[in-house]
Amino acid sequence: MTDPVFGPAPDLDADPELVQLLTPEGERVHHPGFDLEFSAEQVRGFYRDMTLVRRLDIEATALQRHGELGLWVQSLGQEAAQIGAGRALLPQDYVFPTYREHGVAWCRDIDPVQLLSMYRGVDHGGWDPAEHNFNLYTVVIGAQTLHATGYAMGVQRDGAVGTGDPTRDTAVVAHFGDGASSQGDVSEAFVFAASYNAPVVFFCQNNQWAISEPIERQSRIPLYRRSQGFGFPGVRVDGNDVLATYSVMQAALRHAREGQGPILVEAFTYRMGAHTTTDDPTRYRHAEEVEQWRLKDPITRVEAHLRREGLADEAFFEEVAAEADELGERMRRECKALPDPQPRGIFDLVHAEQTEELVAQQASYDAHVASFEEVH
Amino acid sequence: MTTMTMAKALNNGLRRAMEDDDKVLVMGEDVGTLGGVFRITDGLQKDFGDDRVIDTPLAESGIVGTAVGLAMRGYRPVVEIQFDGFVYPAYDQIVCQVAKLHFRSQGRIKMPIVIRIPFGGGIGAVEHHSESPEAQFVHTPGLKVVACSNPADAYTMIQQAIASDDPVIFLEPKRLYYSAKADVDEAATPPPLWKSQVVRTGSDATLVGYGPTVSTCLDAAAVAAEEGRSIEVIDLRTLSPLDLGPVHESVRRTGRLVVVHEAHMTLGMGAEIAARVTEECFHSLEAPVLRVGGYDTPYPPSRIEEAYLPDLDRVLDAVDRTVGF
Repeated sequence: MTDPVFGPAPDLDADPELVQLLTPEGERVHHPGFDLEFSAEQVRGFYRDMTLVRRLDIEATALQRHGELGLWVQSLGQEAAQIGAGRALLPQDYVFPTYREHGVAWCRDIDPVQLLSMYRGVDHGGWDPAEHNFNLYTVVIGAQTLHATGYAMGVQRDGAVGTGDPTRDTAVVAHFGDGASSQGDVSEAFVFAASYNAPVVFFCQNNQWAISEPIERQSRIPLYRRSQGFGFPGVRVDGNDVLATYSVMQAALRHAREGQGPILVEAFTYRMGAHTTTDDPTRYRHAEEVEQWRLKDPITRVEAHLRREGLADEAFFEEVAAEADELGERMRRECKALPDPQPRGIFDLVHAEQTEELVAQQASYDAHVASFEEVH
Repeated sequence: MTTMTMAKALNNGLRRAMEDDDKVLVMGEDVGTLGGVFRITDGLQKDFGDDRVIDTPLAESGIVGTAVGLAMRGYRPVVEIQFDGFVYPAYDQIVCQVAKLHFRSQGRIKMPIVIRIPFGGGIGAVEHHSESPEAQFVHTPGLKVVACSNPADAYTMIQQAIASDDPVIFLEPKRLYYSAKADVDEAATPPPLWKSQVVRTGSDATLVGYGPTVSTCLDAAAVAAEEGRSIEVIDLRTLSPLDLGPVHESVRRTGRLVVVHEAHMTLGMGAEIAARVTEECFHSLEAPVLRVGGYDTPYPPSRIEEAYLPDLDRVLDAVDRTVGF
């Protein structure tokens, strides 16, 4: 539709350009802006990462079905976006995930069993963020984009941006999804990051669905173009292409570390599974759509590429499959062995400096528990 | 010893905290060049630079949310919310993130953030500029909430709040910024932050206030004294944690308690204090605990705000009722 005065209305589908280096068929293609040379070892590494992360996800889904987890949030189909983004990081970079970034967590050396603990209900996040430069999962949609921006403002104040020292210059990654793009906090994060030229990469995995609501309900323009309105660049990458995602993220992170300010990367991907294990996507989306995206699977295309180019032999694929089986077995065993926390411990975690009120409530809890012991 | 307004005492306290620790940042709307709409941060940006005194975009959730990230990077942000009624856009970040990150991370993440909020009415303002939202924060585990009532406390409490490793909602009675003047001894050893204080001793009834109502309680006690009544007045200072030790001790002597606040009555601080005092001092009470507060209506237009606010007459009336019970 073109208005005679205001011109054409924005169109969500009008601008389909996306950076791609590996076609769904596994054919290596080139891009003028974001091309990189990948060694066979690197590509095999991506394949291994994605295969193991998919196994992690499948295993966790099964653990939920067996009643070992209260909930699981599937990352199925988004492995390339997450591994590409995760492997492009330098050690000093800091990541603010949503609750679905299992692949990025993998790249930050978070043990998969630690990812299970919050979904089992034994804690609200089991790892030390400072040890991994990877914040705890944030459940409130979009809230973490502001934390990332604030952290990046701290990086600026520490003089850890634009120095040219590759071990010092630091980028911060704010993960979010297409649904979160509607949240006010995300817009505010864009405003703050642009205003202060903060070293943040906003990495949006557009998986097309926010529970039951399609991307059309969230946006009338391609999401990567949102950044233009806030005054910083955006790019759309094939989020099912690990080579392209890695290349684009490496460039975006460098851009941020160099002090050139924020950037928005939209990884165009698809949520192959349900929103969570409580969701039933057959109520709102067609199987044909899922089948179309299955043809664009991120792992299949890397496998095809490795085989086509002779970059990996059969032994390699068998080795990764065995490693995946081993991971699955360990996750099942260690998940069931995760200890429940002690209820009286909750009183100790509220404040850095304990209060007399909570000490008293803890004592009353202890007395209540003890009253049952006396009976027996 | 220097005589100063509460505004100046806060300004000096902030300056001192910034001198003591270079991780302390001040951030908010108009806090830099302008010095804040109440001038509490006057001159700080000139002396500490715009990296440490940060004029932010006009977005409260953004201000508090970025303060969370700065705290995670090791900074100690002091956030100014321009007016009480504008804190709500930041409510999610305060309640779901600032308050819970220490708990969520099993103590690995500390949130040494101070959120300063000018609160209370009596300045003839338009809507959203006169509110008392303290109960909403006191009801939130993980936050600490304090309110200063005089310049000397303002000077020390702001520094103690900044030094705390826990997030503190710091409530400043805005109508006292320039009307309350007192001697402040910057070299004196301050009382602990998490303690209430008896500010006038008495034996016939106990009045409890905080922030702007402490002076109302003291005025009421003075008038009551002329009528031969001896009223004890306690300044709570800290609303969470709530230090009711001195209140219990007082009520055991006087047997009568009136709690005074500008916030709405229902589920306000008075309700919580009445419940706890009833539990702790049941056999000492000679009369039901009474509350004098703002009514359960939205804050009224300013031409009639005096009818809404707990004033001298309403406090004295409550004293009459508890003594005459």
